[in-house]
Amino acid sequence: MKTEKKRRLRRNTRRSLINYAIVIAAYAIVQALNAGGNIKSSLQGQLVPICAYIVMAVSLNLVVGVSGELSLGHAGFMSIGAFTGIVAATALQAAIPAGWVRLMLAMVAGALFAGLFGLLVGVPVLRLRGDYLAIVTLAFGEIVKNIMNILYVGIDEKGVHIAALEGSRLVLSEGGVPIIKGPMGAVGIAKLSTFTAGFLLVLVTLFVVQNLVDSRAGRAILALRDNRIAAESVGLSVTKYKLMAFVTSAALAGAAGVLYGLNYTGLAAKKFDFNTSILVLVFVVLGGMGNIRGSIIAAALLTILPEALREFADFRMLAYAIVLIIVMLATNNPTMQQFFAAVMEKVRGTFRELFQKSGETVKGGGDHE
Amino acid sequence: MSKQQAYPKPKLVPVPSTNIIPERDADKSPILECRHLGIDFGGLSAVADFNMAIGRTEIAGLIGPNGAGKTTVFNLLTKVYQPTRGTILLDGRDTHSMTTAQVNRAGIARTFQNIRLFDNLSVVDNVKVGLHNQMRYGMASGILRLPGYWKEERVAKERAMELLSIFDMQDLSKHQAGSLPYGAQRRLEIVRALATNPSLLLLDEPAAGMNPSETAELMNNIRKIRDTFQIAIMLIEHDMNLVMGVCEGICVLNFGRIIAKGTPEEIQANPAVVEAYLGKKKEA
Repeated sequence: MKTEKKRRLRRNTRRSLINYAIVIAAYAIVQALNAGGNIKSSLQGQLVPICAYIVMAVSLNLVVGVSGELSLGHAGFMSIGAFTGIVAATALQAAIPAGWVRLMLAMVAGALFAGLFGLLVGVPVLRLRGDYLAIVTLAFGEIVKNIMNILYVGIDEKGVHIAALEGSRLVLSEGGVPIIKGPMGAVGIAKLSTFTAGFLLVLVTLFVVQNLVDSRAGRAILALRDNRIAAESVGLSVTKYKLMAFVTSAALAGAAGVLYGLNYTGLAAKKFDFNTSILVLVFVVLGGMGNIRGSIIAAALLTILPEALREFADFRMLAYAIVLIIVMLATNNPTMQQFFAAVMEKVRGTFRELFQKSGETVKGGGDHE
Repeated sequence: MSKQQAYPKPKLVPVPSTNIIPERDADKSPILECRHLGIDFGGLSAVADFNMAIGRTEIAGLIGPNGAGKTTVFNLLTKVYQPTRGTILLDGRDTHSMTTAQVNRAGIARTFQNIRLFDNLSVVDNVKVGLHNQMRYGMASGILRLPGYWKEERVAKERAMELLSIFDMQDLSKHQAGSLPYGAQRRLEIVRALATNPSLLLLDEPAAGMNPSETAELMNNIRKIRDTFQIAIMLIEHDMNLVMGVCEGICVLNFGRIIAKGTPEEIQANPAVVEAYLGKKKEA
């Protein structure tokens, strides 16, 4: 009984620990290669976006995979987060000189704002089921994009000013600076995002999502996905837990937006359109619904892929599509699945032998949970 | 309303009724009381004028031919359907404004005729979902892994294993619920329902698909559950051996109306019940 209990807990946490390990290892490798100057500058520019997209994919997985609701407006939350973060970072420029503190505060602000909008959208929308939720979230993404397109925000010594539709309505005093200029988006942003910040945000996201799923609330969310009627019959409130997943996901997407937005000197709202939402959804579906590790890997690879395919020039997106189709066929093909399963079993067997040889030390080390 | 009158009036028990067996728990109020409960689907009155009460530690049976409205009664009691008429008093409290989840928290747990487990969760996690409302730690302690999380998860795990031991299912705790054999899935549903700490347990065809020896075991377990937890159990079942063997009071439903109530012996001797099940004797 006792050993069984320990092994079970280990299995549950082992999956999460491996995910942390993968992310940390990837970070270490990239940093090492970077120090040696072995990374192309084109890829270097992709490092922060990769982190942002990983956070986006993992957070969307919380809604689509774990909670089982189709959301097509995830980029909307990213957009809200990004512009909130940009405004916050610019507004705090004078007060807080340290870049990383400002980045952190901007992320908190972005996450809070996106979470707030998640709540506003989620309360009415999560009463809808299936297709309706998809339609409303899609509309939400478009609405956010269009609102951001007409939004003018500036700052002067009196504080933050907001205007809509025309730039001339934004009245700033002498020393005032416009931050967001409608369709032109945000310009002259101080680049605060670093790869290390992105890496830390990915870790925080993993921590939040994985611990949430493996807790009382997470079990409720999973139960609601598996069988709504049964979940209600054991006393779970549907709206509460669907909302919890949705708002958490929105807040994390907001933080990802801040990371993404503060990585460029200029950012327009049209970056966060329907295509971006679908792109993130592709990461989730390809990585596997509810599979956090899959989301991480899919987001990283598919963000690099278009860059790697640059030599195909005009055929770049065509090649991208073909790769997607091949991966989908491969992962859905029973023969291929069996083949991969057999390979994985072999690998596992070798590991097990290795561990058994090294024996007691490994066993003792894993029991701390 | 006029449709309702077209049905024959309940024949045996006058309205409003008392407990199915009055002498049992006579000193206590009933755990569940239905008064003139009814629901219409369009023009069809699926259940009408349903009056009954269940004692606090009674095992009651709800039987009737196919389509008599038995599961509909369960769905009314758990608020999957909202009753068109009548009241449900759970421990004296009107459940009128409650949702399914609230009814469960108030004390009614159920299983389903077509099994509804959380297929992708492990067996022990299914039971832990049942224990959900007895745990207190919030979202933040769950994410930050505060001491409350570890303590309550450990208690929940122990409790879940204890509950699983009723049906000797501890060894299956790590299996995926959807991968269990049929009989084990039915048993797990009962365990999950028990985990919510109910005062009334509704079992919808618990013996469906079980062989005679499994059914006999289930009978013992139903009694064991009642004796251990001191709760009322109401079951829908077509297996007459089980119903007559385990139920202390039986209520017979036909075309949405109660046609008989009483002890197993009384029910077996009741001509109206025989007629409902076997049809009218042809005049020779």
